Amino acid sequence: MEIFADLASLLNSTLRISTPLIFAAMAGLFAERSGVIDFSLEGKMLTAAFVAAVGSYYFGSPWLGLILAIIACVSLSMLHGFASVTHKGDQVVSCVAINILMIGLTTALAAAWFGQAGLTPTLTDEQRFLEITFPFADAIRSIPIIGFIYSDILSGHYIFVYLAYISVPIVFWIVFKTSFGLRLRAVGENPSAVDSAGINVFAMRYKALMINGVLIAFAGAHLSTAVNANFFREMSAGRGYLALAALIFGKWHPKTALIACLLFGFTDALQIRLQGVELPAIGKIPVQLIQAIPYVLTVVLLAGFVGKAIGPRAIGQPYIKER
Amino acid sequence: MSSVVDKSKVPWWVSNLIVPIVNLILALLVSALFIFIAGENPIEAVKLIIYGSFGYIEGFAYTLYYTTNFIFTGLAFAVAFHCRLFNIGGEGQAYIGGLGVYFAAIHFSFLPVPIVWILAIAGAIVFGGAWAFIPAYLQAKRGSHVVITTIMFNFIASSLMIYLLVDVIRDTNQMGPHTIAVAKELWFPTFKEFGELIGIKVRYSPLNLSFLLAIAASVFVWFLVWRTKWGYEMRAVGHNTQAAIYAGISPYKNIIIAMVISGGLAGLLAINEVLGVHHKIVSGFPAGYGFTGIAVALMGRNHPIGIFPAALLFGILYQGGSEVTFDMPNISRYMFVAVQGVIILFSGALENLFRPQVESFFVNKLNIRKKG
Repeated sequence: MEIFADLASLLNSTLRISTPLIFAAMAGLFAERSGVIDFSLEGKMLTAAFVAAVGSYYFGSPWLGLILAIIACVSLSMLHGFASVTHKGDQVVSCVAINILMIGLTTALAAAWFGQAGLTPTLTDEQRFLEITFPFADAIRSIPIIGFIYSDILSGHYIFVYLAYISVPIVFWIVFKTSFGLRLRAVGENPSAVDSAGINVFAMRYKALMINGVLIAFAGAHLSTAVNANFFREMSAGRGYLALAALIFGKWHPKTALIACLLFGFTDALQIRLQGVELPAIGKIPVQLIQAIPYVLTVVLLAGFVGKAIGPRAIGQPYIKER
Repeated sequence: MSSVVDKSKVPWWVSNLIVPIVNLILALLVSALFIFIAGENPIEAVKLIIYGSFGYIEGFAYTLYYTTNFIFTGLAFAVAFHCRLFNIGGEGQAYIGGLGVYFAAIHFSFLPVPIVWILAIAGAIVFGGAWAFIPAYLQAKRGSHVVITTIMFNFIASSLMIYLLVDVIRDTNQMGPHTIAVAKELWFPTFKEFGELIGIKVRYSPLNLSFLLAIAASVFVWFLVWRTKWGYEMRAVGHNTQAAIYAGISPYKNIIIAMVISGGLAGLLAINEVLGVHHKIVSGFPAGYGFTGIAVALMGRNHPIGIFPAALLFGILYQGGSEVTFDMPNISRYMFVAVQGVIILFSGALENLFRPQVESFFVNKLNIRKKG
């Protein structure tokens, strides 16, 4: 039964670790499908984590914290749009600016308001999201396999974990089954054709960025008001970049991006599990090697050695309306 | 846009001097607002910054030490950018460059000191350049976007270096993840030692010979980009790849050369940190200098003459900033990371925010004067 317990803990941590990656990848998907590069997922996730933790601390409600985080992230997305869509500034530069700005500002403000360590105060149980236990989880646990899956794997996660997995089919439906999604993809592929069809390219890109801001806020709130009970400096720890890698690895598709997020989440869970463990025949695997796997995989995929990742055609190019 | 002006009528000093200064002032005003939100007086903070970075000789030496790092990473970003390549990987390239410096200093320490120094510099350039070569090759030959691959390579470099520092080249007599120190005679002479030589007594500061190397690198970049055939070709590829191809210029070759030189320049950061300051590889020594290089290059408009004052400005912010964090309990050093972000925003992404207004203002003024 020890293998079951091991497996359960590995699967549970995979689901938990993948959650912010999924939100971030879906957020990135909207921006990039509309033709706007989004490297600023990292900065926005950090912002959301900070705002959610501070908001929840002051107002005593994690939901209010989440709403404030959404407002903050949408504002940053609008800033990105203002710089790169309206003023046609370089999209990558704009993202780098947002990332560096928010890495600095979140910790600087946390230090100014709550002391030099740059931590926000620990949230009480009322101020954060708690694990949700499914009904009858304890009763069913003894049933073989079904009980294991229901009680040990599916039950007992934070609300964001469930929301993340629900978001993927919704994103798929919006992007591939609605007229909004069709326009969104068209704007990212061939904006001048969309423009000549009478659709406002700028408005489409701003709408995509707005959805992007909402989704990324969930990733940050998950980090600071669910998994942890406070904000600490640089707590997003590269997850924004990892999510971007997952998005590319998933070829800008919700379904494959989800698989990439799970794969990256699994390598991270495995890396934590294998720390200091001697494996038979192999010996100790350096954890850094496993940590580097997602990045190496993404580079290999981008190089076209395994499959080919081709992004939206108009990505990174500001749209200039002809007179 | 109501105020579009004819680009050819705008004097160079308006677009290359006035507009960047206007953008910088905007950025500093927003930064002042942040300091105010954090509960401190921005004017007092500015006073502390100026005192900390210029007020006493060691403070100024610290400023120039930071400036050295920013010149290297700023030049690195600028060279690649002239070929329209966005090298975000300066951080990783500098980190790997440290290996080249370390190996040269450890394995060739029997040679005369100046030769080891040259080998160490070559090592920094070769290792940093090699780390940039892979993304460059993938961009040139396989079309993988260099921004994404260089970001990935930063993470891979970080994992690789931690692995090496923990398991392979760690100083086993010490707890921390760092290597053994290189031989003492190989340490770059510091400003303090230089002062003793000419009879001035100053306290320790990390400023060392690398500063002169940074100046030499600036001259080298200027010569390379604006005075050689290769620099011309590279800029041609950056401006208009199709036109360059018609002119018989190979974009592949130029992409790879630009990135390798960029990586080599980033690698030189390791000379300052490894030979000049720590005298060994410590984990995480690039400490964000690579990213700040982006801001430096953008502010300096990718020209060595602009990069120097921009690097000095960031040196002032770093050194003056540590003075501020010392005296103002509400300001942490992260506040100055935020300031960098604001500067990148206004002098990079939003550089055209007030450009039309500023340019038309000056053009109209000059026209009036001519007519009058």
